[in-house]
Amino acid sequence: MYTETHSREMILKILSEIPDPEIPVITIKDLGILRNVELNSEGCRVTITPTYSGCPAMKAIEDQIRSTLQLHGIGNVEIKTLYAPVWTTDWISDEAKEKLRKYGIAPPEKKSLDKGSLLGKAKHPACPQCGSMNTEMISQFGSTACKALYRCKDCKEPFDYFKCI
Amino acid sequence: MDKQKALFQYCLRLADSSLIMGQRLSEWCGHGPVLEEDIALTNIALDLVGQATAILNYAGKVEGKGHTEDDLAFLRPEREFRNVLLAEQPNGDYAFTIARQFLFDVYQYYYYQSLQKSKDETLSALSEKSLKEVTYHLRHTSQWMLRLGDGTPESHERVQRAINELWMFTGDLFDMDEVDALLLKEGVSIDLKEVKGKWENHVAELLEKATLQLPVQTFMQAGSRAGKHTEHLGFLLAEMQYLQRTYPDVKW
Repeated sequence: MYTETHSREMILKILSEIPDPEIPVITIKDLGILRNVELNSEGCRVTITPTYSGCPAMKAIEDQIRSTLQLHGIGNVEIKTLYAPVWTTDWISDEAKEKLRKYGIAPPEKKSLDKGSLLGKAKHPACPQCGSMNTEMISQFGSTACKALYRCKDCKEPFDYFKCI
Repeated sequence: MDKQKALFQYCLRLADSSLIMGQRLSEWCGHGPVLEEDIALTNIALDLVGQATAILNYAGKVEGKGHTEDDLAFLRPEREFRNVLLAEQPNGDYAFTIARQFLFDVYQYYYYQSLQKSKDETLSALSEKSLKEVTYHLRHTSQWMLRLGDGTPESHERVQRAINELWMFTGDLFDMDEVDALLLKEGVSIDLKEVKGKWENHVAELLEKATLQLPVQTFMQAGSRAGKHTEHLGFLLAEMQYLQRTYPDVKW
């Protein structure tokens, strides 16, 4: 029985190293997608939460959790998708934000979306390449559900911005 | 009607509206007027289909007949769909799609705001999640309404025509029946009359900013609560359900 050979902490550590399928420089733990691991007599239950309702990476993440645990001899895995508390970019650690920046993605600013400002001006995140604040939004929607497209008016590079929600 | 049956119906209304709107928007994939808009519309479509998936999954559990979200999406006939009539209207030109989306976004925005307080934990959690996405959608379509309405004579005329043509499907958004009455009493569902007031104010305010005319009160088409749809839904489903109908249970 692997619950005797693997502690909850060990399983959590194994899962913490799974990279996000879309942004492989950070892990599903860094992003706050991995919420919990519980052991019981039947096996192991992993709780995850989606970043966006329609995030197409969720299936890939589930598959990866199963196959990673399988490699460690843990077979009976139940994956639970949790919707509350609702995911927010505030859960992304400072360390992970730094990794995003180095990868070329401007990390989300501190506070999550301001619901009041429906016609508010777009944010001006710092360019992840040159650090300039002289940036502009090209499109509110980017290459994945969680990103918007910006460009830097100083170094002229386009870049992704991880939207605050 | 008992509470379980009512809740199943209620979930279908919510989920189907998102699903059908998402399917409509995804028809723009590869056809957007500019690349950024192509991406924007399909991003919104993705959120909506995601919302529908989660609610249909819950609906299947409430129904208790072992149906998955895929069974409910791909194997129900037209008359069993409960999406609002607005969602199934064909895309038309870009102004038409934006106008339809804007009217729908405002609806979802106030709807989910209210449904967050539902006593049903699943609906409450999904509403809170969806609201974040919808807020983003609404910001996008609001900006486009302003640009098109207060843009060139051509864009103004097109978006005005779109609002006028769509108006008769907006009454259906707020129709309430015994499902609503039963669940409202239980604290599960919301009072659509309240949503209607907020929706009307919001829409009127934005149309004015966009230099557009609020359509005069006219005949309102009804029927979605009972599965009575416009002629467009059948064609949409024929395409959406084709694969599962032709190769039942196929997986890829």
